[in-house]
This record gives sequence, C-alpha cells and structure tokens, in this order.
Amino acid sequence: MKTLTPEIDSQPEAHQEHDHHQPPKGIMRWLLTTNHKDIGSLYLWFSLIMFFIGGAMAMVIRAELFQPGLQLVDPNFFNQMTTVHGLIMVFGAVMPAFTGLANWLIPMMIGAPDMALPRMNNWSFWILPFAFLILLGSLFMEGGGPSFGWTFYAPLSTTYSNDSTALFVFSVHIMGISSIMGAINVIVTIVNMRAPGMTWMKLPLFVWTWLITAFLLIAVMPVLAGVVTMVLTDKFFGTSFFDAAGGGDPVMFQHIFWFFGHPEVYIMILPSFGIISAIVPAFSRKKLFGYSSMVYATASIAILSFLVWAHHMFTTGMPVFAELFFMYCTMLIAVPTGVKVFNWVATLWRGSITFETPMLFAIAFIILFTIGGFSGLMLAITPADFQYHDTYFVVAHFHYVLVTGAIFSIMAAAYYWLPKWTGHMYDERLGKLHFWCSVISVNVLFFPMHFLGLAGMPRRIPDYAVQFADINQIVSIGGFAFGLSQLIFLAVVLKCIKGGEKAPAKPWEGAEGLEWTIPSPAPYHSFSTPPEVK
Amino acid sequence: MSQTAANKKLVKLLLLGAVAMFGFGFALVPLYDVLCEQLGINGKTNANAAVYEPTVIDTDRLVTIEFISHVQNGMPWEFEPTVTKMQVHPGELIRTSFSAINNGSTHIIGQAVPSVSPGQGAAYFNKTECFCFNKQPLDANSSADLPLIFYVDNALPEHINTLTLSYSLYDITERHLGTALTQGAAR
Ligand code: HEM
Ligand SMILES: [Cu+2]
Repeated sequence: MKTLTPEIDSQPEAHQEHDHHQPPKGIMRWLLTTNHKDIGSLYLWFSLIMFFIGGAMAMVIRAELFQPGLQLVDPNFFNQMTTVHGLIMVFGAVMPAFTGLANWLIPMMIGAPDMALPRMNNWSFWILPFAFLILLGSLFMEGGGPSFGWTFYAPLSTTYSNDSTALFVFSVHIMGISSIMGAINVIVTIVNMRAPGMTWMKLPLFVWTWLITAFLLIAVMPVLAGVVTMVLTDKFFGTSFFDAAGGGDPVMFQHIFWFFGHPEVYIMILPSFGIISAIVPAFSRKKLFGYSSMVYATASIAILSFLVWAHHMFTTGMPVFAELFFMYCTMLIAVPTGVKVFNWVATLWRGSITFETPMLFAIAFIILFTIGGFSGLMLAITPADFQYHDTYFVVAHFHYVLVTGAIFSIMAAAYYWLPKWTGHMYDERLGKLHFWCSVISVNVLFFPMHFLGLAGMPRRIPDYAVQFADINQIVSIGGFAFGLSQLIFLAVVLKCIKGGEKAPAKPWEGAEGLEWTIPSPAPYHSFSTPPEVK
Repeated sequence: MSQTAANKKLVKLLLLGAVAMFGFGFALVPLYDVLCEQLGINGKTNANAAVYEPTVIDTDRLVTIEFISHVQNGMPWEFEPTVTKMQVHPGELIRTSFSAINNGSTHIIGQAVPSVSPGQGAAYFNKTECFCFNKQPLDANSSADLPLIFYVDNALPEHINTLTLSYSLYDITERHLGTALTQGAAR
C-alpha cells in the first residue's frame, strides 16, 4: 500500500463559524442525527447492549447445562434461549457493530465529510431497536418466543411453532431492511465520495472488505426476507412451500436458507479481516504484506461463498456428486483464507512488534480464527460431517470463528480507535486485564466443546447423558468467566469516555491512514474540504 | 454528473439489485423443482395422469417394483399396499391398489404424496391413474380401496432393476376445510 500523505490535516478552525451545525442537545440530537459519527456511536452502543442481552441468555444456557438433568428452566424456554441468543448475537451484536465501525471509519478513511446518504443512515439505525424490541417482546407472549433455532428450519418454524412466529418474521424483515439500507449507503459512499487521489488500490483494507461485504448483504439479505416470508405464508396463509402434504419440500427450506446463510457467515468475518489488516501493520511498524493479494483473496472468498451452502446439509440425503461438489468448493475457500493468514504472519515477521491491547486481540484473532478454520475444514469432509453434524463440534467451530474471530476483531477495533473517538487513551492496564481474562476463559469455554462433539453430544439440548457431565462443567465455568470478563470492557469504555490521558492525533506510532491526520477526538465535522491524497 | 445525481443513480441500481434478489429467492422454488427433475434427484413422479401409448412390451426384461407407505404421526389411518412387491415388464400396463382405513371418529381428508427411489428412475415411472392425483376423503370408521395404474417406460436405464414407490399420507382436513369447520365437526 502507498503511503497516504494528505496535504491538509483537516482544519478544525474553519469550522468555528459553522457553530449552528453543532448538534442539538439531549435526546433529539440522537433521534434526528444524520452525522456519521453520531450514528456510528449509536450502532456501537446498540451492539454492546445486545451483546450483553444475548450474553445473559448464554449464561442461562450454560447454567442449565452445568449439570445433567433439568434444573433451572424447562426445555421449551431452553430452546427459546438458544434461538434468541443466536439471533441476537448475529443480527444484533456482530452485524450492527460492523455497521457502526463502518459509519465511524469509512468517511474518515476515504477523506469524505460524511456518509453519502445521511438521512437514510438515520433511518437504518433507528428501525433496528424496534426489530429487537419485537423479537425480545415475543419471549413474553403466551407460549413464548421463537424456539426453532436461529436457522428456523421448516417444519419446526411452520407446523410446530406458535403464533409468535409472526413477530419473529416481522422483526427479521426489519433487520433485513436496515442492513440493506446500511449496505447501500456504504457502497455509494465508497464509490462516490473518495477524496481526490484515493484510488481503488490505495483504499485501506477495512474499506475494501466492507465494500465487498456490502455487496454480499445486498445479494443475500433479500433472500432471507424471501424465505421468512415463505415461512409466514406457509404458517398463516395456507401456502405449502415447505409442506410435503401440499406438494412442497422441507429440504428446499434448507437450500434457500443456507443460500443466504453461508454468505452471511462471511458477512460476519470479512470486515474483521479489514480490521486485522489495519492493526497488525500498525503494531509491527511495517507495511501490510501483500496488500493486493488481500483484496483479491477477499473478493474470491465472497464469490466462492455462494457455491458452498450445502455443506450445512450433507446429511439431508443429497446425491453423491452434490456432496462431492460442495465438499471441494468448501475446501477451496480455505485457500484464499490461508493467503490472508500467511500475509498477516508475514507482516509480523521481523517487525518491531509491541503488544498494546488492540495488538493482543489481533494476534489472538489470527491464532484462534485459524483453529476455527481448521475445524471448518474437518466439517467440510462429507463422510466426517455425518459424525460431527449437529453436535457440539459444530458449536465449537462456529464459536471459534465468530467469538474469537468476529467479536475479538471488534474488540481490537474498539481499543484501536477509541482514542480517535473519545480523545482519551483507554486504560492500558485494564485493557490488558480484559484481554487476558477473555482469551483464557474463551478457550476454557469453547475448546472442550470439540471433545464433547467428537464424543457425540448433540447441540441444542437442555439435558445430556452423564458421561458428558465433567466437560460440561468446565465449559460452563469458562462461560461464566468469559461473560464476567466482558464487564471489564464496559468499564474500560466508560472510563475512556469520561477522561484519561489526552490522545494525540496519531496515538499509535505505526498507524497509517487518513483518520490519524485529524485531531483526537475527531471533530464533529471532518474533511469538509477533501484532503489531497498523493 | 453532480454528486447527488451520481448518488441517486447508484442507489437506484443497488435497490434494483436488492429487489431482484428478493425475486430470485422466490424463483428458487420453481428452479428447485426443475433442477431436481433434470438431475433426477428428488424422486418426484408425474403430478398429472400420464397417457399410456401401447408400445412394445419388453418381455425380455423384468423390473422389480416395491411399494411402501408411511402415515403421518398421529393420523388414525391404516394405509398399506395390497401387494408389496411385483415384477413387471417395461411397457406393460399394471393395475394395483392401496387399502386405507379411517379408524378415527371423524371425517378425515388424506393426501398421499408419492416418491420413487432411486431418484433417476422417477421419470420412467408413469402413473396413468392414481389416487394421489386427488384428495382421499374417508368417513369415520370406513375403508376404501385406492387404485393405481402405471407402466414403466421402456427407456428405463439398464442399471436400474428395482424401483421403490413410497407413499406418505398426510392429514389435510384442516388445510382443506379451514380450522373453524374441523372444530365444529369435532364437537
Ligand atoms: C475455512 C473456512 C470454513 C469452513 C471450511 C467451514 C465449514 C463449515 C461446515 C462444513 C459447517 C457445517 C457443519 C455442520 O452443520 O455439520 C459449518 C458450520 C458453521 N460455520 Fe463454518 N466454515 C468456515 C468458516 C466459517 C466462518 C468464517 C464463519 C463465521 C464467521 C463460520 C460460521 C459457521 C456457522 C455459524 C456454522 C453453523 C451454522 C448452524 O448450523 O447453526 N464458518 N462451517
Ligand atoms: Cu457455511
């Protein structure tokens, strides 16, 4: 990547005369704001709240599984917890966190004054809380909320679900609309608002990965909207898309769902790749190794992600040639993914590395995400998947890629850019404490799940055979510890907003990019006149 | 082009893309059936009566036909083939039947859904008359003989020697009459 040397390092003084542009005070500021930084903060806070709500549900799950037998909750409520935990973490925590980061960072990284469509930006955030109020509210209805798993397979979500399914469908529709609007905004911003001289191959990787993610969102969120609509009409309006008695096919549900679902998992990891590609060079004090190969790898992962969906369905009785096709395509994805991991490691090689909190999270990401990738490869082997499918091995796999992958990268990003957002340095001692508590407990939590799965413990069950008791106890203890550790993160963020050492414009020696050329905290309006990128 | 005009144009394109993908989600439904049929993977048989054209009966070849049946969980019916296994010549028109008994205390409408295994054979199994083309209503405590007339196409690939025809029987009373009526009938 070429060095970004903007001519003008923003002009905070020039804004003094625009005082009427300063935000109104109180709640109206947040309700009506069209400022990308405000909206970014809203998304990030929303995501953090959802992270704690979804986390509380995980604690219920782990408390119930602490011992065999049914002790705390009844099976129906347990199923609601696994379902809503999954939905909240995917659509409420990870995705909004990335959108929040995109809002905060993309305009600053490409030298734009704001997002291209600020009013739509306001809408795409403010419909989200309603979606989740509806979803959470359905838990309090008679008969409870959704209990068919975040994947809402038919006929569980049609024939065997209760009436709150209508609310579930409605809330997924709203989430989908919000994501699509957010994605459109990101694409238009990146395509039309780059500062002069910010050519495609100079874009920071976070911008690149988000651009590709946005295209994935536009391609698959409508398919999700379609499949929930079919569930709705099957359940309430007498159609039979997925009902064999009426000529439909329940296996077709899985095909349509996973056509959305697999690209969706890449939606949740590509922006992480961008974040790690910013942080690793900054703390290695080296240029990122293989910038252009990173761009191409991201694009190939995105394209391949449309060709592998049926690896979630190996046991549905597909013909052998389909099993082989999806097995090989899935394994093929490991190649561009491997390119990325090697590039990060090559960036570390002979760097002068320091281990501030963002770097610690980034390094943990590289190692632990790779473990998740390897278990994914094991699952991709069709005959092996017959054994692993629907066991805790799958749970271990996707928590390694999502918690120590996506969530760790979001944490890394928060630490890395907090000084820019708040104007203060976070408490490094607390940050490191948060990291070490998290990284130890998360492995106690998820690593033994591999063994549970290999030994045959099925996922999504409130009770289990006694031989699994010891490992489940260890897993639950890891779970409680990980949950509690996240309170340290909340403390760090609150403390950093309140005060702390004053952050310079560029607090990290090796950091690169336009966002570090404007003062910390970033002024309400930045790059009103575009910088010159050479 | 000014910035806003450029933005508008791009937004329109992207929205169009999103709407098209919503449509694509629904297009997957017929596409799924077409693909399954073309690749011969889902074992779906003809949904409407085939017309039997008397052709050469391939008396040199014998194909085993097996019949099996499933009844939806909780449905108070007995539903079984009268003959479970037979040998037929390709091209020969065969008549057989399934028997159904409604052991319940209400009028129930059933719907049998056929499937042929191996899937590649489905396209060569032709039904000229089948109870599965219609609904099967049965009064409480009554029975019926459900006829099936079929022939196996001469072009059935050499490597297929056995075709298994399975019927799954579903209770579609509610779907058919609406919930209100069944509740009335139950009373
Ligand atoms: C080398 C890359 C990867 C491979 C080969 C891979 C492979 C697989 C396979 C074969 C399954 C199905 C297992 C089963 O149900 O039996 C699976 C499940 C899953 N994977 Fe991956 N995966 C990879 C990366 C990822 C990434 C990056 C994410 C998300 C960030 C992810 C998220 C998931 C999730 C959420 C599930 C479970 C879905 C469910 O049934 O609830 N995977 N993976
Ligand atoms: Cu997948």
